[in-house]
Amino acid sequence: MRDVPGLPSRRTFLKASAASAAIAGIAAVPAKAEQKPEPVALTEYKPDCLKPSEWAFVMAAVARLIPSDGEGPGAIEARVPVFIDKQLAGDYGRAADWYMQGPHDAAASPLRGWQTPLNPLQIYQKAIPFFDEWCKTTHGKIFAELDAETQDKALTSLQKDEMKIAPELREFFTILLANTKEGYFADPMYGGNHGMEAWKYIGFPGARGSYKEWVLKHNKPYPLGPVSISGERA
Amino acid sequence: MARTEKKKDVVIVGLGWTGSILGMELAQDGLEIVALERGHDQNTVPNFQYPNMIDELKYGVRLGMMQKPHNSTVTIRRDVNETALPYRSLGSFLPGIGVGGAGTHWNGLNWRPQLSEYRLRSHVEERWGAGIIPEDMHLQDYPVTYDELEPFFDRFEHVAGISGMAGNVKGKIIEGGNPFEAPRSREYPMPAMPTTWDGAKFAEAAKAAGCHPFPSPGGIASQAYVNEYGMQMGPCNHCGFCERYGCYNYSKSSPQTAILDALKRKPNFEYRTEADVLRVEMAADGKTATGVTYYDYKTGEEVFQPADLVILAAYQLHNVHLMLLSGIGKPYDPATGEGTTGRSYAYQMNGGYTLFFKDEHFNPFIGTGANGMSIDDFGMDNIDFGREGFIGGAYWRSGQTNGQPIRSMSLPKGSPSWGAGWKEAVGEWYGHSMSIGSHGSHMSYRGNFLDLDPTYKDPLGRPLMRMTFNWNPNDIRMTQFMKSKMEPIAQSMNPTSMQEGFKKEGAMYDVRPYQTTHNVGGSVMGADPKTSAVNRYLQAWDKHNIFVLGAGAFPQNTQYNPTGMVGGLAYWAAHAIRTDYLRNPRPLV
Repeated sequence: MRDVPGLPSRRTFLKASAASAAIAGIAAVPAKAEQKPEPVALTEYKPDCLKPSEWAFVMAAVARLIPSDGEGPGAIEARVPVFIDKQLAGDYGRAADWYMQGPHDAAASPLRGWQTPLNPLQIYQKAIPFFDEWCKTTHGKIFAELDAETQDKALTSLQKDEMKIAPELREFFTILLANTKEGYFADPMYGGNHGMEAWKYIGFPGARGSYKEWVLKHNKPYPLGPVSISGERA
Repeated sequence: MARTEKKKDVVIVGLGWTGSILGMELAQDGLEIVALERGHDQNTVPNFQYPNMIDELKYGVRLGMMQKPHNSTVTIRRDVNETALPYRSLGSFLPGIGVGGAGTHWNGLNWRPQLSEYRLRSHVEERWGAGIIPEDMHLQDYPVTYDELEPFFDRFEHVAGISGMAGNVKGKIIEGGNPFEAPRSREYPMPAMPTTWDGAKFAEAAKAAGCHPFPSPGGIASQAYVNEYGMQMGPCNHCGFCERYGCYNYSKSSPQTAILDALKRKPNFEYRTEADVLRVEMAADGKTATGVTYYDYKTGEEVFQPADLVILAAYQLHNVHLMLLSGIGKPYDPATGEGTTGRSYAYQMNGGYTLFFKDEHFNPFIGTGANGMSIDDFGMDNIDFGREGFIGGAYWRSGQTNGQPIRSMSLPKGSPSWGAGWKEAVGEWYGHSMSIGSHGSHMSYRGNFLDLDPTYKDPLGRPLMRMTFNWNPNDIRMTQFMKSKMEPIAQSMNPTSMQEGFKKEGAMYDVRPYQTTHNVGGSVMGADPKTSAVNRYLQAWDKHNIFVLGAGAFPQNTQYNPTGMVGGLAYWAAHAIRTDYLRNPRPLV
């Protein structure tokens, strides 16, 4: 059920919008949202905070965490590396909201939460060279240069902490995987979920936010595709 | 240099539900009132407006509406032998920040506790004898009866705008409502919300098993509504962004939708934001407070606000913190059992089943925070504690609250956490699962308490509050009982597969996954000053012009979400202040 590009569909409004706020939001879709130029290719992208070796690692790692083959977009098509770079360059990467005062006990039981003195950006910065070094020793090449099958093996070793990473870096795999999924499913304004392809793939209507007429249509698939916060449709 | 503000009749610390209620009620007596809110100002427009509010990353994942641990947090240890470590990033519980407090970002579930819960120790002693009470359990009665509180529950429900289906009006059982609820004086202010497919399926299975399903009651407007203050709500459109979000649609009960705009029109009410109260100041005789000192983030200075009456209306954790910092009551000491401030911290014991149905469509993004159908057949009043070997109970609910894909992605056990298998699983299973939750009571114990941390401080130099908390065998037995009762009902629904999530014997408190923001106790209300911090009117035992609102008053946690009780107690305390305390300020007990 696609709408004509650039033209708000009256039928979609009536179906999707009960609240006047919602109508205003969707009606305000500017024509330019439909004609957005393709963003810069990932190979040309200039990261905000990741260094070239870190960027190469993130590109390679997310391509295995959410691979491109099979149904649905992969993390590369969804532009997850851009999302991760932007998140790490911002408040999240700096742990701006978190309590980071010492003393720290990074080796405490994982049940006790984030206890490393490092913020997420610093963990990426320190863990990537460590992991690349481990890949070189164990598999002969840094992670980005390994073949896909060996990369999967290496990531499994990282997830299981077979290389005994320093306690300060213990959260690395957890945040790498979490950030990858965030970039896959977050609103496209954060740089990932390009074209809302991940939302389309699973059937999440994004920021439509108005379903009153469908509550009692039990066990019937919802028919409308997603809209983004900035008003894109897919 | 401390600045001193003009004296007020009343200073209210915190402008969430209880601060707004007390402000509104006391303003009607013409008192000069100032409310101090540590966070920012916020209102439906512009702060919660569509579409920017329904941003899962910003609010659901990065927790944009919550307090920043950088500014305010606690330390946590599982027992007294462990060194407490800071709760550095939020996980298990999510206190709010800003005007409206946690009342802006809640799910909206609104309950009154069951009859046995107000007098739980007496109930247990009368039915089974004190012998079944574990030696380290602080089991206490509320110092107030349900009959006394009923008008105030009713008042809160009608101010907040609760939708629901009554099951017991003045003792008359009504088909389709909750037959086990305490008798209410009249219907809910609005009819119940319609349920999604998951709730309907659960209700059918529960009914077939002999249970009594009813629509979950909540502060989600099922129709247009105007309350006694002239505040209006609009019917909910089931957008699926309640918990962790402000409502853009004026449909979810909150201080913003129910009270604040009316309160702000009162000429004798004023509020200041970014005013973080550091301590309550005491008179030389130590028997009364003289006002509060706060840090004004806007000017970077300390300010003394004199007042005749001090209302602590911050979140439970912050009220107790402020009491400890100010010397209100004696700090609880677990070694001697003496002291009451910080005593009996309790939480909530939840569990549930997730059921997968390959060929069914749940449209999980269609939701509200209080969606679906509930049963109370395994509630506190209905359990033979002596036979089952625990004290407690739970209500169950099935009703999807959201389909936000970063956080709400249930996959069958054994699905890979990444790679081609994960991608395939999210494609296959998103929208094809539902859950049944057990929301259970949590008792209080000698070893679970709040005090000041000896090591860690916040940016204003206050010692962080320290939480000593772990799960106890009694509550694990309760939740395992729920599992044993839920399994056959879930199984009868014939899912493709199902998996359980109930805490097991030996479970240690894990601060990482979200559990619930139902932190209770620490400023417990009671009849005996040796085992309670405030009296039956929420008045501090040792300083009569300080009242302490909120869920800190719960002697142990009930089996329900706390807001209904918190709201009822706020109106109860406001009534006592207005009708008795103001004309003759003194200890009311």
